[in-house]
Amino acid sequence: MLTFVIKRLASLVPVFLVVSMIIFMIIHLVPGDPIDSIVQIGSTPEQKAELTAKYGLDKPLIVQYGIWLAKLATGDLGEAIILRQPVSTLIAQNLPHSLILGTLALVFSTIVGIAAGAVAAIWKDGFVDRAVMGIILLGSTVPSFWLGLLMILLFAVQLGWFPVSGARSWSALVLPVLTIGFGGVALVARVTRVAMIDIARRDFVMMLHAKGVPAWRIQLQHILRHALLPVVTILSLRIGWILGGAVTIEYVFARPGLGSLLITSLNQRDYPVVQGCLLMLAIAVMLGTLIGDIVQAAMDPRVRERMS
Amino acid sequence: MTIKSDLISKVLRNPRGGVSAVVLLVVIICAVFAPLIAPYAYDVQALRNANLDPSWTNWMGTDEFGRDLFSRIIYGARTSLSVAVTAISISVAVGMSIGAAAGYFGGMFDRVVTAAVDLTWSFPEILIALILIAIIGPGLNSTMIAISIAYLAQFTRLTRAQVMALKNETYVEATANLGAGHTHIIFRHLLPNALTPVIVAGMLATGDAIILEATLGFFGLGAQPPTPSWGAMMSSGTAQIFIAPWIIIFPGLAIAITVIAINLFGDAVIEALDIRNRLRDS
Repeated sequence: MLTFVIKRLASLVPVFLVVSMIIFMIIHLVPGDPIDSIVQIGSTPEQKAELTAKYGLDKPLIVQYGIWLAKLATGDLGEAIILRQPVSTLIAQNLPHSLILGTLALVFSTIVGIAAGAVAAIWKDGFVDRAVMGIILLGSTVPSFWLGLLMILLFAVQLGWFPVSGARSWSALVLPVLTIGFGGVALVARVTRVAMIDIARRDFVMMLHAKGVPAWRIQLQHILRHALLPVVTILSLRIGWILGGAVTIEYVFARPGLGSLLITSLNQRDYPVVQGCLLMLAIAVMLGTLIGDIVQAAMDPRVRERMS
Repeated sequence: MTIKSDLISKVLRNPRGGVSAVVLLVVIICAVFAPLIAPYAYDVQALRNANLDPSWTNWMGTDEFGRDLFSRIIYGARTSLSVAVTAISISVAVGMSIGAAAGYFGGMFDRVVTAAVDLTWSFPEILIALILIAIIGPGLNSTMIAISIAYLAQFTRLTRAQVMALKNETYVEATANLGAGHTHIIFRHLLPNALTPVIVAGMLATGDAIILEATLGFFGLGAQPPTPSWGAMMSSGTAQIFIAPWIIIFPGLAIAITVIAINLFGDAVIEALDIRNRLRDS
């Protein structure tokens, strides 16, 4: 198991290098001289040259990338142009909000999704099944930011149950988690339902029925347990999508977080912040996928063999 | 020809396929004939009519500049569909070429392609699109480029899997033994057979692309004012959420109906062609 974890971690290194290189290149690929986005309007050529040297923009690209990576290792992500603060401080302020939101949304999607999928599979073609299938269709087709806005309209503006925006209280988390979770629930419920229906047709289930094992025990102890494997697989593949959902929804609810920071900085063209946020989000996706793989491998030795 | 008309009647006779086909037709007609259908121009401002309730003169109310929301939604169909369809067409064309070459020739090229596809596979499309927008800057053209690159991996992977499965078939071997060149085999035999699943996947991705375009527009990174875009309209509506909630409700409804129709129609086509397995195992 340990070798599996180490091997997976090692396989992330080239991925990280490529992704970080693309993100590093942002500031150089943007039209115009990168120094123009740093200096104030009306600076003399001497001031410009001084800043160019200070930021190392006169060195070859690969050297600049090396310096950037080395600084990154010490937690130095540069300074925000508009907010005039170290990018690392901004990220440290915003990251916890995103982590809480993403984790809660993931937990909510997993628990509610498995429950909904299981209920739908057990009473297949019944009323509950049809209702769950409807939610699955809506959850995978309705844009999540619109759903978030509708929730704000109904539960915050009309009923006044929750705050409209911000992150001052725990109750401000309810609507964002429900919004992100809706798509996640749809995904998990679909996989659970299909897997359980498929497993219910296998021979060993018929055997259990023949032995007189109570139907509820077969459903929960045998069928659902087997069905959890594909659910974990899809979750480990799609963990990035749930985190991506958090980016959008933070902005909708005007919550602090990496997503909001990223969108605001993109609109203000504050590239050091954009780079920092994208890098953190990319790392989050990679680590999330890694954790998903580890859970999957812990559950199923075959996966461990196939992936290592 | 008979196979085609047989497929069309199969899809349309399926209740979900028939209804979604009608809905899609209406959306496409709105997009193409927007100037004829919309009761008002999309960019004429009349500030004394700002934030009017839905009424007989303005079916969906007006926005914060007094522009008719219904007209803007009709024109918005044009923006949404043209961006999504163009982006996905480019993505399908490029993805098919790369995927077919990688699957057919194998070797070093295939390894590089597979590595690149695997690299992007775990990243959500929205994150890929945001990275690209950061590089090329906001706007409708950037949105199109960002969407087409965000979905590239999917079509490359699918085509590669189809070509790998097909290239060992006896008829391909026979054709090669008869002296056919690589181009002939790829374009005359492999791609036509791989085409159907890729086109269907492209159709379904068009729905996702509409949502991605709207999301980028909502962030202020896509269509710029006064271009009517469903996502950007909702973004300006958030400031009026207490007084004019229809500015948020109707554009979102337009997106939801269009995307649900695309998904149901795609599902009906998959069922009629019986290709669910070929889409899944890639």
